[in-house]
Amino acid sequence: MEAKHPFQEALPGRRKVLLMCGRAFAASIPMLLLPCLAGASPRDAKKRLAALTNDVAVKKGRVTITLPKITDQGDFVPIKVAVESPMTEFDHVKAIHIVAERNPDPAVASYYLGPANGKAEISTRIRLVKTQVVVAAAVMSDGSIYVGKTHSKISTGAGGCG
Amino acid sequence: MAQRTHVRIPRRAGKGEIIHIKTKIDHPMESGRRLGQNGKPIPRNLIKKFFCLFNEREVFRADFDSGVAADPYLAFYFRATESGRFRLVWVAENGEKYDRSVTMEVV
Repeated sequence: MEAKHPFQEALPGRRKVLLMCGRAFAASIPMLLLPCLAGASPRDAKKRLAALTNDVAVKKGRVTITLPKITDQGDFVPIKVAVESPMTEFDHVKAIHIVAERNPDPAVASYYLGPANGKAEISTRIRLVKTQVVVAAAVMSDGSIYVGKTHSKISTGAGGCG
Repeated sequence: MAQRTHVRIPRRAGKGEIIHIKTKIDHPMESGRRLGQNGKPIPRNLIKKFFCLFNEREVFRADFDSGVAADPYLAFYFRATESGRFRLVWVAENGEKYDRSVTMEVV
């Protein structure tokens, strides 16, 4: 029933601990290595995410985040998180957590769903204080957790820093 | 007092139809970090919780934090199976509650 996303085939068999994932991911995006770190670090965000998800090892796939690639309105960033799920009594999304890695407070919001929703998709508007990665973690009814990430650039002028 | 809550729910739906519910509440969502004109931080004032009940049963719930934009907009889905009444509740950190009820008929 659960189709294996191509990503999952390519990943090594071992499951990465959430905290190690954050460091590897941060290193792979040069833009995030800016010296001006006024907000939280990806490590703080990962700690927060681990607390929210009880440190269960996460899987990739099933979560799609729609976020503008670039915007100059960091105060009103529209975001949509959609999770593939039949939303039945026995197989549904229980919660969606949104974490913004470099906000002063990385925990943005949490949404609690159930079979009554029919579709695991929420749309809202969030605040992003600087260019960063936004993470969405979906907790399934069987306890598994799927994580998706998307990057958004917040420009304050004609494409300036952060 | 002007209505602060805005809700879009179809008045009628087919049985089994998955409807889109759109909600918004006018609220500054002050994180407590912004500085006012006098240089002092504007006091923290956040909506922390949102509930959606249908016929008195909770069908959706959300926790907001300072990362949610001002005038929080939130849209989600609901599978319509029977007629009834939605109750949407927003609860602020200081205890203020905002309540809105909408009925829907399932044909």
